[in-house]
Amino acid sequence: MKTVNIMIVGVGGQGTLLASKVLGKVMLEEGYDVKVSEVHGMSQRGGSVVTYVRFGDKVYSPIVTEGEADYILAFEKAEAARWIKNLKRGGKLIVNTQEIDPMPVIIGSAVYPSDVLAELKAKGVDLDALDALAIAKRAGSAKAVNVVLLARFAKLLDIPEEKWLAALKDTVAPKFLELNEKAFALGYDA
Amino acid sequence: MKKLLIGNEAVSRGLYEGGIELVSSYPGTPSTEITEFLAKYDDIHSEWAPNEKVALEVVFGASLSGVRAACAMKHVGLNVAADPLFTLSYTGVTGGIVVCVADDPAAHSSQNEQDSRHYAIGAKLPMLEPSDSAEAYEFSKSAFELSEKFDTPVLLRMCTRVAHSQSIVDVGERQASERIPYEKNAAKYVMMPANAKKRHVAVEERMKALKEFAENCPYNKAEYADSDIGVITSGTSYEYIKEVFGDTISILKIGMPNPLPDKLIIDFAAKVKKLYVIEELDPIIENHCRTLGLKPIGKEKFSLLGEFSQETVAKAFNFPQKPIVKTDAEVPARPPMMCSGCPHRGIYYTLAKNKITVIGDIGCYTLGAVPPLNAVDSVLCMGASVSGIHGFLHGSPDAQKNKTVAVIGDSTFIHSGVTGLINIAYNGSASTVIILDNSITGMTGHQQNPTTGFNIKGDPAGKVDLESLCRAVGINSVRVVDPYNLKQCDEVIKEELAKDEPSVIISRRPCVLLKHVKTAPPLKVNADKCRSCKRCMGLGCPSISMKNGKATIDETLCVGCGVCGELCAFGAIEERNV
Repeated sequence: MKTVNIMIVGVGGQGTLLASKVLGKVMLEEGYDVKVSEVHGMSQRGGSVVTYVRFGDKVYSPIVTEGEADYILAFEKAEAARWIKNLKRGGKLIVNTQEIDPMPVIIGSAVYPSDVLAELKAKGVDLDALDALAIAKRAGSAKAVNVVLLARFAKLLDIPEEKWLAALKDTVAPKFLELNEKAFALGYDA
Repeated sequence: MKKLLIGNEAVSRGLYEGGIELVSSYPGTPSTEITEFLAKYDDIHSEWAPNEKVALEVVFGASLSGVRAACAMKHVGLNVAADPLFTLSYTGVTGGIVVCVADDPAAHSSQNEQDSRHYAIGAKLPMLEPSDSAEAYEFSKSAFELSEKFDTPVLLRMCTRVAHSQSIVDVGERQASERIPYEKNAAKYVMMPANAKKRHVAVEERMKALKEFAENCPYNKAEYADSDIGVITSGTSYEYIKEVFGDTISILKIGMPNPLPDKLIIDFAAKVKKLYVIEELDPIIENHCRTLGLKPIGKEKFSLLGEFSQETVAKAFNFPQKPIVKTDAEVPARPPMMCSGCPHRGIYYTLAKNKITVIGDIGCYTLGAVPPLNAVDSVLCMGASVSGIHGFLHGSPDAQKNKTVAVIGDSTFIHSGVTGLINIAYNGSASTVIILDNSITGMTGHQQNPTTGFNIKGDPAGKVDLESLCRAVGINSVRVVDPYNLKQCDEVIKEELAKDEPSVIISRRPCVLLKHVKTAPPLKVNADKCRSCKRCMGLGCPSISMKNGKATIDETLCVGCGVCGELCAFGAIEERNV
């Protein structure tokens, strides 16, 4: 099987690492070779964060470069715009419509690119935009945005829902499991 | 059992199975998790040391006692530990020693992009360099045996992409290592001139033996395929080359970058038409090839800067570029910043407002340098704020002397700030040092340190009393402020700067991200009272922004620290239930 390339992009603190952990676990269980790459440290302090997940028969590089991503899961709109150059021709963008102002926008030295999704759509990007924040809040916590988006992505793959839920159970703390299961269910059927 | 592990966890698993008995480290991205994962094993001793030099010396002592020991540090941490490292090369080991060092090409979380392989060459030590988690595990597991067999510490070089990438590892069981009984051996372990000169002979003999070993060791491997292109490579670059070429070209993968295998390299070069060396950062392998009379293509095509990727390799070999979609929108940069409610913000706001020159240091609080605060004037290395301000004041005109402070965190102060403070007291400068005591080592992800009162396991431990420590080294003026109280910060900073003697201000409030810290409910802006003066925007708080001409507070981010409320001249910032 050809290697599948996924990028999970967002803002430090949005829980991209949890999503990549669950994803990696599922692919390992499915018997694929898997690599996941992330950067810790400075970039987590509210900065732009990116995680790469690759799976297939044999995976070498842990990262995904320009024009290579089969899927981009963007947890935030401007981050989708930042990384769209990494999407493969024919790849799919799943994007949370939430806007989080970066510091240059907050202090007025830059403008938030609010209309970017319309532009990308016009350019032929296969784009699935959803308000994952609203769905996460319905599940019980704004912090569950990551699981909502993961579920939306999970539905696209030919892997039964139970396998995702099992990996989720292995990954999150027991006291947050119910919340995350609810968020997954809402994201899966959204 | 097959597991998906980050490189650092793979290293810790390898060291554990390899029989480690003690780990002592100072945290530093991207090396920190090696020690954190080792601390989860209750059958070995683990600890956070005050700095990397202490850590390596603890490891030396453990080895001398006859057990296997390791430490982990970032590349610049090895600079701190370089003193024991160079002479440990002479003494060699009793129990095996592994020194893990994680480089950070692209400086994701570092102040430079130095290449640790220079240390292996300089200190005459074997170095192993894995390219993914499976190798990180295997190399670490075998490193103690290598160390004991050749009577040498072994350097294990990681880089960000190996340290923080997960790949599949087939983990095994821990092998018990027998303690080697301690025997006094002054000729080997007392490094005074007469003994050191003899040990230098042993070092050179060891390097010769290691060079022989390198020719047939399991760490280096030649993969022969098409003979048109041959690439010598190491570490993560190997993965990028395989990604682009698969099994179609010949590759000599170097897993032991010091000492390099001359014969293996010459034989490989002879079998290929065009020889390349692809390595991140400095041309270590390439320059070695040149000393062997080879003329590889290397740094003329592959940068000295930053990280590589499969794209770097594809471009260099003129593969067609992949089609991409670009946006016409200008995407604003999203730099890291101090969190909402960060206790450092109040101090930096006060310093920036009073136009104080700030000699800064390494930690979360380095972020005081970015807009809108722009409060930091210099950041060099761990501890350099405290030593640096002393020199800066000596060279400055009088007017500058009451306008300069050093700013350093609690963990960094213990790491190497306290020696600078002793110098200030001893050599007499009227320096003002601000210790940002947030009760944790923040930037590396919340590690305990000697000022927190807890050890690596979270158990109660000895606690440095910062006030007493500062007084004990000869600072008579030691004050404590709450950084959420802007008025107090402003007064105390001004008073201490005016004094003609050294002083320390401890800004004390725990990191707002600590689990035990109770935060207040989010605040809100009363739009009727807001006059759009943007004074609150000067804090650079991620919770505050201007919407429709008025300040607004994001309720999902605000932790109710109240600093913005202290600033607002119109009382527009209110509690939500008002």
